[in-house]
Amino acid sequence: MTATTPHSAEFSDGVAPTTFGGKAADYLDQRLGIAGAAKKQLRKIFPDHWSFMLGEIALYSFIVLLLSGIFLTLFFTPSMNEVTYNGSYTPLDGIRMSEAYASTVNISFDVRGGLLMRQIHHWAALVFVMAITVHMLRIFFTGAFRKPRELNWIIGFGLFVMALLEGFCGYSLPDDLLSGTGLRIAEGVVLSIPIVGTYVSFFLFGGEFPGHDLVPRLFTIHILLVPGLILALITVHLILVFYQKHTQWAGPGRNNENVVGLPLLPVYTAKAGGFFFLVFGIISLLAGLVSINPIWTYGPYVPNEITAGSQPDWYIGFLEGSLRMMPNLEFNFLGHTLSLNVLIPALIVPGILFTALAVYPFIEAWVTGDKREHHILDRPRNVPTRTAFGVAGCTFYGVLWFVGGNDLIATHFHLSLESITWTGRVLIFVGPVFAFWITRRICFGLQRADRDKVLHGREAGIIIRSPEGEFSEVHTPLSDGDRFKLTSHDVHRPLSIAQTADANGVPAPKLRRAKLRAKATHFFFGTRIEKPSVEEYHESITSGHH
Amino acid sequence: MTADETNHPNLTELGYDEHSPVRVDEHTDGHGHEVALPQDPFADPGLEPHRPRASDIDEKVARSKERLIAALFTLSALCTIGFMVAYTEVPKTATVNFFPIGAVSASNFALGLLLGVALFSLGAGAIYWARTLMTDVEFPQERHPLESDTETKAQAAAEFRQGVEDSGIKRRPLIRRSLLGALAVLPLPALWILRDLGPLPGDTLRHTAWKAGERIINDMTVSIDGTTGQGIKPEDITIGSLVQGRPLAALTAGEDLNNMMAKSAILLVRMDPADIKSQKERDWGYQGIVAFSKICTHVGCPVSLYEQQTHHMLCPCHQSTFDLSEDGKVIFGPAARSLPQLPITVDADGYLVAKSDFDQPVGPSFWERG
Repeated sequence: MTATTPHSAEFSDGVAPTTFGGKAADYLDQRLGIAGAAKKQLRKIFPDHWSFMLGEIALYSFIVLLLSGIFLTLFFTPSMNEVTYNGSYTPLDGIRMSEAYASTVNISFDVRGGLLMRQIHHWAALVFVMAITVHMLRIFFTGAFRKPRELNWIIGFGLFVMALLEGFCGYSLPDDLLSGTGLRIAEGVVLSIPIVGTYVSFFLFGGEFPGHDLVPRLFTIHILLVPGLILALITVHLILVFYQKHTQWAGPGRNNENVVGLPLLPVYTAKAGGFFFLVFGIISLLAGLVSINPIWTYGPYVPNEITAGSQPDWYIGFLEGSLRMMPNLEFNFLGHTLSLNVLIPALIVPGILFTALAVYPFIEAWVTGDKREHHILDRPRNVPTRTAFGVAGCTFYGVLWFVGGNDLIATHFHLSLESITWTGRVLIFVGPVFAFWITRRICFGLQRADRDKVLHGREAGIIIRSPEGEFSEVHTPLSDGDRFKLTSHDVHRPLSIAQTADANGVPAPKLRRAKLRAKATHFFFGTRIEKPSVEEYHESITSGHH
Repeated sequence: MTADETNHPNLTELGYDEHSPVRVDEHTDGHGHEVALPQDPFADPGLEPHRPRASDIDEKVARSKERLIAALFTLSALCTIGFMVAYTEVPKTATVNFFPIGAVSASNFALGLLLGVALFSLGAGAIYWARTLMTDVEFPQERHPLESDTETKAQAAAEFRQGVEDSGIKRRPLIRRSLLGALAVLPLPALWILRDLGPLPGDTLRHTAWKAGERIINDMTVSIDGTTGQGIKPEDITIGSLVQGRPLAALTAGEDLNNMMAKSAILLVRMDPADIKSQKERDWGYQGIVAFSKICTHVGCPVSLYEQQTHHMLCPCHQSTFDLSEDGKVIFGPAARSLPQLPITVDADGYLVAKSDFDQPVGPSFWERG
């Protein structure tokens, strides 16, 4: 028997931690074995660029939504039972309204900090969807969706759709005149679905519109179902970003096999943590200074009232424009009605738009036949056809969005409503085609400019007059790093059919698919700007053209 | 295109499957990459050397940054405390004039401002710290291919095959098929039990609260609790005016009021009978007073913007425009069907009443409408 205590054996290797933090980490490691993961991940490198923060804004505004949302659930009553209002907002005194609306007015006037939390929640929702949208555009235009990140693109797309749904459910909860009108439109859209629409509507609303069941149902969807899914998808999304490592921009020392940047601890912990507080802070300032969704001025929902100039939250605007723009096509046959004037703009058009968005990475991968992993981002100009598709899509969305505000444009600019709508009907077809064409031209122009810069250097802004009287501008050659940056991209080439049949006249296998693919590659890469060759570069140097 | 050829493989080199009859063309000519160059002008020069910041080399600069960061953190803490003070001290009803917005809730203004500054300065301090005092020496970390090597893949596949083999699922089709069958039907109850979410539509969308002799109540006269209201006599409506109405039954509808109004809301306008272009519309009206459903036939918003001179009625949601002088027909916008007209007359006491229900379903179209 010695004097040692029974548990001192743990520390026998002589690395016993002495600080509290060290002891706590050791406690966890003995149970979870976390030191291995910590050793690898604590100093994990992340590349730096402003555009990588867009997704962060989405994440942080989601956290703000969770925090403010929890506060709101403590005071909100998700019920369509009718009560008579007699709170401190006197203009509504004595008016019959649902408990949902009454409790929202109470949160705004009788709960201290309640209005702030409501406005934080609403502003954060607008920022959330906006950040997701812009983040998604960033991923698209830089080709960050390419292998191995296609699956994360799909998850991100799922998050985008969930965010739209979550937003719509959320702003419908207060049961005010504006949101009730949105639900009425939603009912009309559901009714337009062939065969099952009427039944779906009755099951959704618990009978006829508006019924008494919708707000409690939307509440459960809004605070449990969809946020749960969003949280799960965000988790997978971030794990994949971590595991696959972040993409980076081309530059000296940066290649497809490395990632250059600063370590997670301490730099990104401080930067990302600090950025969360910046996002939260700006949303709080907005909520404190700028009114949003003042439902007490709209009044409770009644199906026979409306305000002119009713507008949904910004992210629903494109659907609104789509509905407004559609000509009035409706067919009656065999005792049935097919409302194409609602079905097409509200379900088919967004269905096609969203499907195209979701599958684009797979289409591009098939066209290019590119099976490599990509960790270096494309500059949008270097992939003109993709960029042009993206801008065409944005234009399509933008026209829908623009027509969604046709009434306000008409009243503010004293224009005819009919001509704005007709302009939209034309632009929706012409706009994307024109945008596609002009974007490709601009991309080629920018590529040529890059090419000139590599060969002749930058314009120095110094004009020299030669003894002969000739004026010329001094060009400073690029640094090695800049030259590498501007020439490290791929120039893809189109494909053509090598052989349609073998010597015996037997057609090549999969010929039709191959033909289609060859056509597609010509469409994508038929026109292109070659990078300067070494000879061209040497010639430009020796001829003194800079 | 030397650099091109070596560093940036074209499509054949990107792993096209050999069975595809597609090949790359125009990929060699006239670029002479045989010339072995002493130096590739487009080669990666490697990471640029680190340039120290002022705070890296001058301890005085670093000290001043440190003080600024600490000041931001202190400001944050002060604002956090200020937030709690404002919560208790600023009265709920107080307002403050804030240019250019005008009078706003003082409580919301103070709480939002203090919380915003508390959070913002905390974030700004942390980021400024990271940018000025923490290391900014960028360094590379290797990426590893995500794909497993061939051997690992083969081993995994073998393990899987062994597992499947051990289960015997391939050799026993009876088990396999019955299991798949059982799993296929199992999710159906999840749909089945949703049946009681609502009643079946039946013909509810075809009827409204209007019936022969149902008196029309003027919306403007309805009391704030919705239980009393007055009827309308023809002489109450002057030519060119618009009155919004509801059935008498709405006054006793209680909690069902919204459901009733979603179908039964109407609007009445009075025109010079000579302006009415349709004989049917004149017959269904009373001395130039005509009643139409207020529910838009597009997606159900209440139509409400009346242009007196043209008798056009506009829906503010999607701008469908109806001509009330010609059977409520659509003259612009996405709505496909006319606004249904409610046949009206006067009762023995001289009040306007419905002659019957609408002759067709009101509001948005639905599949069974026909």
